[in-house]
Amino acid sequence: MFLYTVIRLGQGALLLLAMSVLVFVAIYAIGNPITMLINPSSPQEVIDETIRRLGLDQPLYVQYLRFLAQAVQGNLGVSYISSQPALRLIVERFPATLELTLTAMTIASVIGIPLGLVAGYRPNSPLGRAIGTISIIGISLPSFWIGLMLITIFSIRFGILPTGGRGQTASILGFESSLFTRNGWSHIVMPAINLCFFPMAMIIRLTRAGVRENITSNHIRYARAKGLSSTRILFGYILPSISIPLITVLGIVFGVLLAFGVVTETVFAWPGIGKLIIEAIRTGDRPIIIAYLLFTVLLFALINLAVDILCAIIDPRISLSGAR
Amino acid sequence: MRRGTIGSLLSPGGIFGLIVVGTAVVCAGFASQLSQQNPFDLVQLSVADSQLPPGSLGSNGIVYWLGSDDQGRDIVSAILYGLRISLLVAIASTSIAFVLGTSIGLSAAYAGGWLDLVFMRLADIQLAFPGILIALVLLSVLGSGIDKVVIAIVAVQWAYYARTARSVAIIERSKEYILAAQSLRFSAARIIFSHLLPNSLSALSVVVIVQIAGGIALEATLSFLGMGLPITQPSLGLLIANGYTSMLSGEYWLSFYPGFVLLLLLVGINLIGERLRELNDPRESL
Repeated sequence: MFLYTVIRLGQGALLLLAMSVLVFVAIYAIGNPITMLINPSSPQEVIDETIRRLGLDQPLYVQYLRFLAQAVQGNLGVSYISSQPALRLIVERFPATLELTLTAMTIASVIGIPLGLVAGYRPNSPLGRAIGTISIIGISLPSFWIGLMLITIFSIRFGILPTGGRGQTASILGFESSLFTRNGWSHIVMPAINLCFFPMAMIIRLTRAGVRENITSNHIRYARAKGLSSTRILFGYILPSISIPLITVLGIVFGVLLAFGVVTETVFAWPGIGKLIIEAIRTGDRPIIIAYLLFTVLLFALINLAVDILCAIIDPRISLSGAR
Repeated sequence: MRRGTIGSLLSPGGIFGLIVVGTAVVCAGFASQLSQQNPFDLVQLSVADSQLPPGSLGSNGIVYWLGSDDQGRDIVSAILYGLRISLLVAIASTSIAFVLGTSIGLSAAYAGGWLDLVFMRLADIQLAFPGILIALVLLSVLGSGIDKVVIAIVAVQWAYYARTARSVAIIERSKEYILAAQSLRFSAARIIFSHLLPNSLSALSVVVIVQIAGGIALEATLSFLGMGLPITQPSLGLLIANGYTSMLSGEYWLSFYPGFVLLLLLVGINLIGERLRELNDPRESL
């Protein structure tokens, strides 16, 4: 498993390199950042000086090689706007995004998996049908609109929750999180609910499909014939056998949520990486955009690796090296 | 799919979906006839009627059933026009993505070799990233505008068609009727488009429906983030975004109704997609 992990990490590094070329060239085409950064009517010397300082007078490949040489040292450039290292800005903001995403995923799994199990076990019962309809609505919900409506109801009408921002954080065992304070809870509950609808719908649909596929298999029939309770059959027999596809989908959805946080973080002014990238795109802050995209590629590669390893641990029949 | 597409769609969900989508298409098509004012003709707007709550009678004698915005624009009319723009963008981008993606997928399956490898790796990389991210980065490069949004949605969606078309065609390709066509020395283009394509359509129809809903949602999200359509062409997403600022002062109707129409439309389309999926493969219902 060690060798496998090393190989996969190597593949990840190659992917990162390929993406860095792609991203760098694409972002290079955005246009001249100078016009956004300084007053166009400033004296020519100031403009020339800024261009030189940012290295924008060099040919594209020189700019890329410079970027690459610094990137391997952990320097992904300096934000044009705030003059802070791009990677540091992202690493600083990432915990907020991770906290929000994990909270949403937890809500989605805790509610979604049981609902999916019931809907798959009794697909034609009124409850099963209702859950099916809920899942359709869940994948159709325009996330930003639901966010606005949550704010309208809970913040403006009833005034019980803050409209946005991240609350107080507290540190427990070295982990800094807003989940440890009451104020933090009141801030995270709406964005987390807003973000959980889509993964919940996906989890319901996947679980339901898995149950329907498994329910006709012999070991389930035998369990039913033995007179085991539905709860025991669902959680003790069916859930383990659908855990592999479930974990795979959870991994994919997790990645999607990290990126889709862009919308939720904008609506709720949540200070995560999604809000950072939107601001960077609006202001043409190239180093931030590049750093964000490379960071995301790395994150996705790590999530995929974690999913594969987890699946191999759960099901020993899965061989990591690909040999059968 | 044997009983004809429309006939077999008649399940409760399918009927609901067809009614919603049918109504939406009619409303969008006849937006200028159905609305009581042209929301973009400044002459017809009166500042005296601005920010009216739903159901108010305006100074010009028309009833603002869903209220009006800060320029005295009737929200019902704005929704009808917005629906038209949303549907047009989604249909345009879905059609282009369908033609492009399906051609690539079928050709890749038929030709095999490096062409197949290159395009499918490309599709894999693309599918690994959330569509919203790809579209945002693309729009940051291209700038905003209705044509740029269409390009961005096509760039997100082509891979779904390419993957589906390829997976169907790779099975079809080894069947005897393709071998027969090859023996008759039909050209590759003829085999791909008049033999492989018709046999891939039923699997692709599900993708089309899902992607139309995806396109509408993506455009609305991009417009909401200020990276999509210009303010002169307000789709449903942009209407919601415009109402966002007034919402804090309690004028919920500016964002609520356009969003509700958007939700209804997406649910309707997804219900049809769900039904089609069940019909295509009764076992799989994910």
